[in-house]
Amino acid sequence: MGIVKTEDLVYEYIRRDEEGNVEGITTAVDRVSLDIAPGEFIAILGHNGSGKSTLAKHMNAILNPTEGTVWVDGMDSSEDEHIWEIRQTAGMVFQNPDNQIIGQVVEEDVGFGPENMGIPTEEIWQRVEESLKAVGMYEYRKHSPNKLSGGQKQRVSIAGVLAMHPKCIVLDEPTAMLDPKGRKEVIRAARALNQVENITVILITHYMEETIYADRIFIMDEGKIALEGTPREIFSQVERLKDLRLDVPQATLLSHELRKKGIELPEGILTAQELADALAEYAGISGGPGRNAKKR
Amino acid sequence: MLRDITLGQYYQTQSLIHSLDPRVKLGGTLLYIISLFFFRNFSGYMIAALFLGIVIRLSHVPFKFMVKGMKAILFLLLITVAFNLFLTPGEELVSFWKLTITEEGLRSAVTMAVRLTLLIIGSSVMTLTTTPNNLTDGMEKMMKPLKVIRVPVHEVAMIMSIALRFIPILMEETDKIMKAQIARGADFESGNILKRARAMVPLLVPLFISAFRRANDLAMAMEARCYRGGEGRTKMKPLIYRRRDRMGYLFLAVYLAVSISVGRLDVFW
Repeated sequence: MGIVKTEDLVYEYIRRDEEGNVEGITTAVDRVSLDIAPGEFIAILGHNGSGKSTLAKHMNAILNPTEGTVWVDGMDSSEDEHIWEIRQTAGMVFQNPDNQIIGQVVEEDVGFGPENMGIPTEEIWQRVEESLKAVGMYEYRKHSPNKLSGGQKQRVSIAGVLAMHPKCIVLDEPTAMLDPKGRKEVIRAARALNQVENITVILITHYMEETIYADRIFIMDEGKIALEGTPREIFSQVERLKDLRLDVPQATLLSHELRKKGIELPEGILTAQELADALAEYAGISGGPGRNAKKR
Repeated sequence: MLRDITLGQYYQTQSLIHSLDPRVKLGGTLLYIISLFFFRNFSGYMIAALFLGIVIRLSHVPFKFMVKGMKAILFLLLITVAFNLFLTPGEELVSFWKLTITEEGLRSAVTMAVRLTLLIIGSSVMTLTTTPNNLTDGMEKMMKPLKVIRVPVHEVAMIMSIALRFIPILMEETDKIMKAQIARGADFESGNILKRARAMVPLLVPLFISAFRRANDLAMAMEARCYRGGEGRTKMKPLIYRRRDRMGYLFLAVYLAVSISVGRLDVFW
């Protein structure tokens, strides 16, 4: 069994009117089954209201399934005695950086999780130092979080989760409120954790560009998993993605349009570099201008 | 601009007073304030002033910062002095128009002025040398015995430190909402007080909504990081008494002994 596994997961939001009568039921997650192996980098994509955030909150036992089961590292999330262990195993980073930083100094915020877990003081300091170094925020440890940029705040939030020594980190749209520079910082930090520390990363997002480095992508639509596969498999289905109201990375879209016009390019081109190389090969030049093309 | 506001006007520097345990400073301030109300003669205040002078010297905080705190209460001080000066019955010293100054009045006015000045400066030494966070930590630890009678000490301290963390965020938000409304023709500046107060209502509603939303998010984030109250929680920066803290208490005890023994005598003045 993987680190996170769901089986026929259903979650319903019940809307009530002022008297508390049931007005309607919205099924946010509809019979989702997935199995994530330790060390994978997973991206979950979907437009607003597709149920991706609701799904994420199940992985941290913040929400309990209406039907079906979620296992985190073999523990059933609906059993109360596992709840704190699950939250420690699968850490969660939320969307708004301001609303998840508790400490008034960066290092104190990173120490908040270990404090709650009852870790001895010296070990907390050790963990805080390691975590801040892992996200490249060590030199800011004495700063007030209010004076950091959005990307830096999110990196502090990631460090705060990291200090709890999780096996898996769930990032729930961590870049939605950031500028492009901040987005890059956060994604780079998440990839580093995955590759260097071998932590399972589950990235929830609606930016296509952030998912091209993932091992696997799940695309959600109306609470269901609509597509599943490696980035190459997913992005070769340009028309299907358009149906799901999702954007495709620019390089992929361009190569798709070129292919329609009869230029024979391979399927599943993801980056500008790949496209440049493929075009160079098509034109019969090896290497060439592709070397200088800006990598996205 | 709004980002730079800090509550309790902490002055960042390195000093003996800054590095003292917040409990020593809290306890010391409390004792100091109480002692000010027990003096019967002027020499008691001299000792209190001397003690405060030593502490200020040790704290490396420029004296003008202390005086800054006084400006805010200058008006209050003047009123208190005036009332004491003119309204205390007793032996007449000077009299003009409808006002008379009595000997007792003069004495109590001077005492009151000195007392208030020392009190304000004394307590601002504490806030200037202690970070708000340190202060809440100190309070939590000092009030721990109250847990026996079910006072939620940890929760109160947590609420205070979260409130402190969110003050600048909410300030910035107020600023943003205000600008958004000014851009759509709202007027916060003209009219009398009543009119201006009414103009604030549409500002408060979105601010409250957003504060509740933030509170909800924060609660979720705290739970996701295993927060479950003060039980079984360790501290990253635990408060431990060191040598200098014991010296601080000793210093306080000496002050208390000297000032009470001198201040309660009716020898001078």
